[in-house]
Amino acid sequence: MERIPILKMGDFLLVTIQVDLYDQLAENLESDLINTISKHSSKGVLIDISAVSIIDSFMGRILGNIAVMSRILDAQTVVVGMQPAVAITLVELGLSLNGVISALNVEKGMDLLRSKMRTSDNEEPEYDDDNE
Amino acid sequence: MTTITNNKEEALIVKEQDVVPLRNRVKEYGVKIGMSILNQTKLITATSELVRNLLKYGGGGKVIIESVSNGRENGVRVTFIDNGPGIADIELAMKDGYSTGKSLGLGLPGTKRLVNEFDIKSELGNGTTVTITKWKNG
Repeated sequence: MERIPILKMGDFLLVTIQVDLYDQLAENLESDLINTISKHSSKGVLIDISAVSIIDSFMGRILGNIAVMSRILDAQTVVVGMQPAVAITLVELGLSLNGVISALNVEKGMDLLRSKMRTSDNEEPEYDDDNE
Repeated sequence: MTTITNNKEEALIVKEQDVVPLRNRVKEYGVKIGMSILNQTKLITATSELVRNLLKYGGGGKVIIESVSNGRENGVRVTFIDNGPGIADIELAMKDGYSTGKSLGLGLPGTKRLVNEFDIKSELGNGTTVTITKWKNG
């Protein structure tokens, strides 16, 4: 069966979606990714969608699911590289991708994941009411 | 206002794997008339939503892709025909947030916002036909 490859880079997982997804492929990616997070205790997931020319409500839901499921497994998800036309279309369609963190490109996405790891390391012992 | 059809083709949609080739065909029709990337994206996203309904609720069906012209502008028209159970209350189905399936309920009203013309006909027991048109500069 066709699958989207998931690359492990230290504490992070890297997924580059190079093809337009059909439903089964997207569902496989969701479960593969969640299993891989659990297997490697990954702290972050970076999903590059710069080659994706269409995100419909189904695909949007999968991205949202991945973000929520990985958060439950203590990993952050960042979606990077969304094409402008895709972003405009998503909003007009009515999908706001709530809960999905995004960054403009892979580099910025990696920075974001690293900074999120740092803050989550620091905030454990104290209540951060003065860090607003 | 009359529209004329310049080019036309039909595709049978019976399984999920038919969706990506159909989206690509629709995109080619848009490219051929010089549609912008944004309008192409809206058109194929609308197509994707409707073809999913066709598979999920209609049990598959037929899709007609046409290159049309109204004299002033060129556009792409896509018609989705299924012989499924039909929609009991179209007005309700066109409401934002309404869904009988497990999707987000953005399907029909969201799709309507992405195109210039949207027409839906449905009869209980006799299937559903949805026609969308996206003009080149619409």
